[in-house]
Amino acid sequence: MGDDTWEGLFPKKFFRSYFFPSFNVKDLHTVDDGILQHLYPTVDSGEWDMLIAHFLGVDHCGHKHGPDHPEMAKKLTQMNEMLRSLVDHLGNDTLLLVAGDHGMTETGDHGGDSEKEVNAALFVYSRTPLFGSGPPEEPETIPQVNLVPTVALLLGVPIPYSNIGEVMAELFSGDGDTVSAALQQLSVYHINAKQVDRFLHSYSLVAQDLPAEQLQHLQELFSSTVEEHTQLLAEVQGTTLVPPELESRLGSLIGRFQLYLREARAVCTQSWARFHPLRMVGGCILVAASCLLCYVASELATSSDSFYRSCLLYPLLWGLMGAALLGLAHIFTQEGLDLLLVSSWAAAASQMGFFWHWWVQHPKRARLVGSQPPLASSGLRQRLRAWLGLAFPMGILFFRCGAMFSDSFVVAEARVAPFLLASLVMLLVGKLHWDGHLTVPESPKQQLLGFSSYRKDIWYLLCLVAVLLVCVRLSGFFHQCREEIPQCRPSLFLSPLASLRNTRAKNLFYLLCVALLAGLVYAVRSWLRHYGNLNSSDPLVLFVRWGFPLVVLCIACYWAVASSTDDSLGKLQELVQVAVVAFPWAVYGLASVGLLLLLCNPMTVFAKDTRESAGSIVTPYLGVPSSEVDFLHVIPQIYKRMQESQKSRLERGSCRATVAAYGLGSVYSAALVIALTLLGFLLMLLHSERLSFAFLLLFLEAFVLLHIHTCARGLAGDAEPFSVPWYAVISWLLAASQFFYSTGHQPIFPAIHWNAAFVGFHLDHSTNLLPAVLVGANTFASHILFAVGCPLLLLWPFVCEMPNSQRKKPKKEAREELQEVEEHMMEMRLRESPEKFSVALLQLGLKYLFVLGTQLLACVCAAMILRRHLMVWKVFAPKFLFESLGFVVSSICLLLGISLVMRVDCAVSTWFSQLRLR
Amino acid sequence: MKEAEIRRLLAANLLCALSIVLTAVVPSFFLEGFTVLGTHLTWLCVCSVCVGALNVILHLALKPSQSPKRSSFAQKISRFLKCCIYFFMSCILFHAIIVLYGAPLIESVTETFLFAVLLSTFTTLQCLCILGPNIQAWIRVFSKNGAMSIWESSLQITTVCSILGAWFGAFPIPLDWDRPWQVWPISCSLGATFGYMAGLIIAPLWIHWNRKQLTYKSR
Repeated sequence: MGDDTWEGLFPKKFFRSYFFPSFNVKDLHTVDDGILQHLYPTVDSGEWDMLIAHFLGVDHCGHKHGPDHPEMAKKLTQMNEMLRSLVDHLGNDTLLLVAGDHGMTETGDHGGDSEKEVNAALFVYSRTPLFGSGPPEEPETIPQVNLVPTVALLLGVPIPYSNIGEVMAELFSGDGDTVSAALQQLSVYHINAKQVDRFLHSYSLVAQDLPAEQLQHLQELFSSTVEEHTQLLAEVQGTTLVPPELESRLGSLIGRFQLYLREARAVCTQSWARFHPLRMVGGCILVAASCLLCYVASELATSSDSFYRSCLLYPLLWGLMGAALLGLAHIFTQEGLDLLLVSSWAAAASQMGFFWHWWVQHPKRARLVGSQPPLASSGLRQRLRAWLGLAFPMGILFFRCGAMFSDSFVVAEARVAPFLLASLVMLLVGKLHWDGHLTVPESPKQQLLGFSSYRKDIWYLLCLVAVLLVCVRLSGFFHQCREEIPQCRPSLFLSPLASLRNTRAKNLFYLLCVALLAGLVYAVRSWLRHYGNLNSSDPLVLFVRWGFPLVVLCIACYWAVASSTDDSLGKLQELVQVAVVAFPWAVYGLASVGLLLLLCNPMTVFAKDTRESAGSIVTPYLGVPSSEVDFLHVIPQIYKRMQESQKSRLERGSCRATVAAYGLGSVYSAALVIALTLLGFLLMLLHSERLSFAFLLLFLEAFVLLHIHTCARGLAGDAEPFSVPWYAVISWLLAASQFFYSTGHQPIFPAIHWNAAFVGFHLDHSTNLLPAVLVGANTFASHILFAVGCPLLLLWPFVCEMPNSQRKKPKKEAREELQEVEEHMMEMRLRESPEKFSVALLQLGLKYLFVLGTQLLACVCAAMILRRHLMVWKVFAPKFLFESLGFVVSSICLLLGISLVMRVDCAVSTWFSQLRLR
Repeated sequence: MKEAEIRRLLAANLLCALSIVLTAVVPSFFLEGFTVLGTHLTWLCVCSVCVGALNVILHLALKPSQSPKRSSFAQKISRFLKCCIYFFMSCILFHAIIVLYGAPLIESVTETFLFAVLLSTFTTLQCLCILGPNIQAWIRVFSKNGAMSIWESSLQITTVCSILGAWFGAFPIPLDWDRPWQVWPISCSLGATFGYMAGLIIAPLWIHWNRKQLTYKSR
C-alpha cells in the first residue's frame, strides 16, 4: 500500500493493494493518509504473509520544505505515532522492518552520492527477542543490498539469482544457545554463498569483464570453506558429543563465509566500473579535431567564396559516405550495428575530408602570398601582432581549461569563472589603455608637456566596467554548495518562498520579485521603444505591449499561490490545486504564442509610406499617439531608406518621396531581445521565486558586456566590423558559466532542482520526456539564454552606432560623402553586404563552438586522465556529464539563435521586395 | 650617462629588494614570535612602511625627476598633501577592486585593507615619487612608448609585475593543500611582493639589454 510505483514495477503481483499517486512532490498527505486509513485493518485482519507500506510524506516534505521546517516536524511526529501504534498491532511472530531508501541533503533533496544522501536508518523490531546480546552502542552500517537475501530467507523463498548482498546473520540466531545459533547462521551463510557462487559462475560464462585470477581466488575460497563446512556438519551430526573447540571453529567458518561474500561484492563493484581506454582516446581526438576544425574554419571563413562548398559541403558528404559504408559492412558481416561507433567514424571521416580540402587549398594561398614579397614581410609583423592580440583572451581561456584538471578548482569553479571574467574585462581595458586608444591624440602643445588626457567616453567605459564587476560580485550571492566545502552555507535565495516562516519577509520578497519582473518588462519595452520597434500594429508588437504584462501577471499569481502554506487557505484548497496548474500553463501558452508570432512575422518595423503624398521628408505625424518625449526619442532613430530603383524612378519624375521606417535599424536585435525575454520568463518560472534576482543580474550583465564590447570596438577602431573578436566570445561564455552557478546550480547530482519538473503539473507525468525537458531547461538556463543571445555580439555594435563614433570603411566613406545627411544605417549595414553578413554569422557561431568545445575537451581530458583519481565519481565525472550536456544544449540554442536571425533576414528581404513592388 | 643612470637604478632597486628581505627577517629579533606567515598583518604593516619610507628617501636622495622650476614651501606642502590624498584614495580603490574580485566583504576587512595598502605602496607610491601627483603624467607613462626615462620604464615594469604577482597569488587559494600560506590574503600579498621584487630586478636588466631600442623622447 502507498506509493503506486510498486504497481508499475510489479503489476498484478499483490494479493491486495491500496495505491495512491506518488509523483507530485508538493503533495505531502495523500499517500500517507491513504496508508494510515488501511494499515491497521489490514494488519489486524491477518490475511497476509508480507505487508509493504511505502510512506512518502517525509520524502516529499524534504523536497518541498527541507529538513528543518515545522512541516517536517509534523510529518516526523506523524510517523512516530504510526510506528508506536503499529507495534501494538503486531503479533509475536511478526518482524517489523522500517527502512529508508535514502537520506537527504541540507536542502532536502537526494539522488546524489553524498554521505547524507546515501545514509538511511534501518529499524528492526519484533516482539520476541531477536538479539542474544544487548544492542551495540554505536549502530553499525550495512549495505542496502543486504536486505535482499535477508528478507528472502526470512520469508523462506530462494535468494534472488543476481544478488550479491550478504545476509544479516543476527536475525537468524533463533532462541537457542550460542552453538545452535551459530549453526543456524552458518547454514544461512552457506545458502547465501552458494547463491553468489552460482551467480558469479554463470556471469563469468557470459561476460568476460570480471578478472579471471580474482574469480579463481574466490572460487578456491568458496570451495575450501564449503568443504570445511560439510566436514564440520558431519562431525557435529556424527557425535552427540560437542567437539572441544567447536565454537571457535564455527566462528572462524562464519568469518570465512563473510570474507567470501564481501570479497565477491568488492570484485563486482570494482569491475563493473571499467573503462575503454581506446574509445576514450578516440573520443578525445574527435573532440580535439572538432575544435581545431572550428578554429580553422572561423579563420578561413572570410578568405574565399569557394570555401563553403569545398570545406563544408564535401566533408559532410564524405562523412555520410563513410557512415553508409560502415553500415553496409555491418550488414554484410551480420554483426550488431553499434550506432555510437558508426556515428563517430562518420564524424572522423568528415573531419578528414575537411582537413584534406583545407590542406589542398593551403598551398594555393601560400603561393598567392608569396607572389607579393613586399606584403609578406609586413604580413609577418601583422601576424605576429595578431598572435599577441590573440594571446590575452586565449590565455584566459587556457587558465579556464587548466582549472578543469584540478578537483579543487572544479569544486571552486563558481568563484573561478567570475574571477576570470573580471580579469578578462580589466585586461581588455588595460590593453586599450596601453595601446593608447583611450587617450585623445596628442596635440603639439600637450606633447610638449608630455601629458595625455582621456577621451570623453572613457568614463562611460569605466562605469560599464564597474557595473559589470558589481554584477559579477553580486551574482556570487546565489551560490549553491557542494559537500566538499563543509563550512559553506547555501544561499538563502535558493529555497522557495514557501519555506520562509516569517510572513512579513515572505511578503516583502514576493513584492520585490514581482516588482523586478515588472521592471524587466518595462526595461525591455523602453529599449524597444527607444529604437522605434514598438510603433507598428503587427501582432508581435501587440504581444510585446500586452502579452508581456500578462505573462508577468500569470507568473506573479503562480508565485503567490505556490508560496502560500498548505493549511492557511483552508476551504480554498481545491481552487489552489487548480490555480497551481493553470497559471504555469497560461505562461507556457502565452510564451509559445509569442515565440510562434516571432517566427511567423519577426518584423517590428513600422513603415510610413509618404510616396503618395509626394511631399516632405519629415513626416508630420509619427503614427503613434505618443508623448513629446517619445516623439523626440523616435525621430533620431528613423531610418530613411530610399530603394535605389525607387529613387532613380522617382527622381526622374522629379518628385522626392521617401519611405520612413521606424525600427528597421534594430530589427534583428529586437527579435532576439523579444525571444530572450520570453525565454527568460519561462526559465524564471522554473526556478524558485527569489532566483529572479539572479536572472535580472544575468540580463544586466549581458547588457553591460555587450556595451563594453561595443565601446571597446569603437575606441579601438577595428578595421573589420563584421568579425567578433575573441575576447567578446570568451567573456560571453565565461558569463554563461558564471550564471550556471549563480542560478543556484552545481555540476553535481544532488544540486539538480527537481522541483522544476512539477511546475504546472500537479499529478503524475505520463512520459519521462516532459520532466526531463523542464529539469534540463532549469539546469542549463544560463547556457540557453547566452547561446540564443550570442548573435547579439555581432549585432550590438551596429545597433549602438552613433554618428560621431561611426567608423566607416574607406570604401564606404567615398560614397557617403555624397550624401549630405549622415544616415543611421545601424543594422542595415549588414543588409548592404549579405555575403559578409552570413559569413560573419557563421564565423561567430564557429568561434562560439570553438570556445565551448575547448572547455568540453578540457573536461573530457580531465575525466579521462584522472579516471583513477579518488574524486573521479564525485567531481570529474559529474562535471564531464554536466559540461557535455551543457555543450549540447548550448549548440542547439546557438543554432536556434542564428536561425532566428536568418528568419528575420528573410522577412526583411520580403519586406523590401514588397516595398519595391508597391 | 645612460650607463651610469642604469647603474644608479640597479643600486636603488637592489636596495628596495634588500629592504623587503630584511622586513621578513629583522623584526623577529625585536618582536616575540614574529613570522611572515604567523603574524602576517604585522609583516604587512612593517613591509609597507619600510618600502614606502625607503622609496621616499631614495627619491629625495637621487632625484630622478628634476622639477623644472623651484617651488615655494607652500606649494611643497600642498604637493605633499595631495600625494597623501592620492595614496589614500588608491588604497580605497584597490580595496574595492579586491572585494569585487571576490574577497570577503565583511570578514577580514583589516587583512584586505592592509593588502590594498601593500599594493598601493608597490604601485601608487612609486608613481607618486617619480611622477608626482599628476594624473596626466601617469596616464602617459602607462601607455605604449609613454616612458620618457629609464626611471619611468622601471616604474612600468615593477607596477605591472606586482599586480600580476597579486593576481597569480590568488590561484593557490582554492587548492586543498591546507598550507598556512593559502589563507587569505597571505598568498596574494606574497605574490605581489615576489612580483614586485622580480620587477625590481628585471627592470634594470631589461633596460640594459634593450638600451639600443629604448629612445626616450626628450622634453
